[in-house]
Amino acid sequence: MLAMNYRGPFRVRAEQKPAPEILHPEDAIVRVLRSCICGSDLHLYHGLVPDTRVGTTFGHEFIGIVEDIGPGVKNLKVGDKVLVPFNIACGKCAFCKQELFGNCHESNPEATAVGGIYGYSHTAGGFDGGQAEYVRVPYADVGPVIIPEDMDPDDAVLLTDVVPTGYQAAEMGGIKKGDTVVVFGAGPVGIMAAKCAWLFGAGRVIVIDHIEYRLDFVRKYAQCEAYNFRSMEDPVVFLKKTTDWFGADVCIDAVGGDAAGNAMQTITGRKLMLQAGSATALHWAINSVKKGGIVSIVGVYGPTDNLIPIGNVVNKGITIRANQASVKRLLPRLIEHIRSGYIDPKAIISHRVPLEEVADAYHIFSAKLDNCIKPILIPPSARQ
Amino acid sequence: MIMDLEKKFAHIKGWGVDADPKNEPTYPMKKYTGDDHQRLNWERPEEQPVTVEILHSNERPGLPAVFGTSTPPSGLSGNIRRFAFKYSESSYGHWLPLLLADRVNVVEGIIDDLRKGHVPNIFAEKGYKAAWTHNRAGVIKKVAITALATTALILLWKSGKAKKR
Ligand SMILES: NC(=O)c1ccc[n+]([C@@H]2O[C@H](COP(=O)([O-])OP(=O)(O)OC[C@H]3O[C@@H](n4cnc5c(N)ncnc54)[C@H](O)[C@@H]3O)[C@@H](O)[C@H]2O)c1
Ligand SMILES: [Zn+2]
Ligand SMILES: [Zn+2]
Repeated sequence: MLAMNYRGPFRVRAEQKPAPEILHPEDAIVRVLRSCICGSDLHLYHGLVPDTRVGTTFGHEFIGIVEDIGPGVKNLKVGDKVLVPFNIACGKCAFCKQELFGNCHESNPEATAVGGIYGYSHTAGGFDGGQAEYVRVPYADVGPVIIPEDMDPDDAVLLTDVVPTGYQAAEMGGIKKGDTVVVFGAGPVGIMAAKCAWLFGAGRVIVIDHIEYRLDFVRKYAQCEAYNFRSMEDPVVFLKKTTDWFGADVCIDAVGGDAAGNAMQTITGRKLMLQAGSATALHWAINSVKKGGIVSIVGVYGPTDNLIPIGNVVNKGITIRANQASVKRLLPRLIEHIRSGYIDPKAIISHRVPLEEVADAYHIFSAKLDNCIKPILIPPSARQ
Repeated sequence: MIMDLEKKFAHIKGWGVDADPKNEPTYPMKKYTGDDHQRLNWERPEEQPVTVEILHSNERPGLPAVFGTSTPPSGLSGNIRRFAFKYSESSYGHWLPLLLADRVNVVEGIIDDLRKGHVPNIFAEKGYKAAWTHNRAGVIKKVAITALATTALILLWKSGKAKKR
């Protein structure tokens, strides 16, 4: 089958590799209809995540058709069209029972700090991902959801990660009616977080980024304010001032370890890798939230350490809430929201690229070229 | 006051539908089941047979019930990875060797390609076709800077050699 193949930082290609097989009774094999490239994949692509092995296939956002099932699978049958949450979760461990599906303890040998994720390095379990024609889907009765008849496949594929992640970012913010919510990052996740902040009753939503076309997009899409941090001397002072010198009620980090905006953070975090990515956005979030405010982190960082003003977290009495999104937990509510027209996920898809051109798609998304917001990859077998 | 907000945001579809005054920052505690005190003693799923070498964190007693079998450790990078897994996720002894192994693995990848008679097209792999279409000035700048730096290095090296003589 054709699959994306990682060759090293900034180097990927599409290549033939053996199709996956059933390795566990609860496995399914899914033929991919489309898959996305995510901001999380960029951390792998940039070489920031330890134990990213050459030859692996990335991709944790995909939908497809069930091709084969193991003897233990009861809820799915061959031919079902499914969306597959990015978390690999057993449904039985203490964490899954609490619906912490991003924190399953039965899906990742290599690290205890995170559950298994498709195509997300060996630090997230060593699974090959969905930027391919076929994927092995473990615990097929737990994660996958049959795509409702009335749902657009483009909406479905964004339900595997981006929409739930943006929604959970807002949810973890504990937004109260009328709150001012600041979202750092106008990528797909930040855009969705801004949109969802309103559903929780935000009174003002402000997005910060430095890519003009993304600021323009989010302004319209999420009906919010959006500002370029390059045009400010100090984003923290800007945000203090615009909140009547009080600080935002809630700050959301939807940037993670590839943050720009502070030379010291960029050099130590992204170039020298002395810290687990650059923590510029998180630093700003902590310093611009009000005393007693909430900082919600969905931006992804590496597993070592980051330079953040923890002293201010203590002195300001900030609550920090963070996690990998628990996709399965949120799906029923989000499917309803799409039906009600509250969220229109597919509008963020900017590029449709044949899987064969995966290298170009990564470059465009990483370098933010051609007004790229969200690229999706279509495998050859899904185009016939 | 809340009524005023509702009016103010009437243009935003779905405004406030999930605003629950009880939405305090308590998740995940609100789904707490009490199972945590049973520790790892849940009824485990059937265990996947081990068919390739799987390294596991020393912060857990053994393998989880399922795991990925992509690209098992091999070669020099594999040895470095095995060494890294002697240390916990809390230790630089774990992560720094893994990053080193990743870089070594890139070289192994190129050797492996060549051995199979495939010369990797690094420009294509880096997506330069797209860069050329959408960011031509950037590509030209990069090429010019690289050429300049290379020339400067060669000149420096030559002048150093001349001095030695
Ligand atoms: N927790 C989860 O479950 C989860 C799921 C998906 C993605 N993520 C993470 O969310 C983050 C965003 O994902 P994405 O797909 O939107 O990625 P993306 O790379 O498309 O977007 C990131 C945006 O942040 C902007 N940015 C850079 N530095 C900034 C700064 N200092 N302040 C404000 N904005 C800044 C960039 O210009 C870019 O537009 C990534 O770290 C990704 O790994 C987390
Ligand atoms: Zn993702
Ligand atoms: Zn579990």
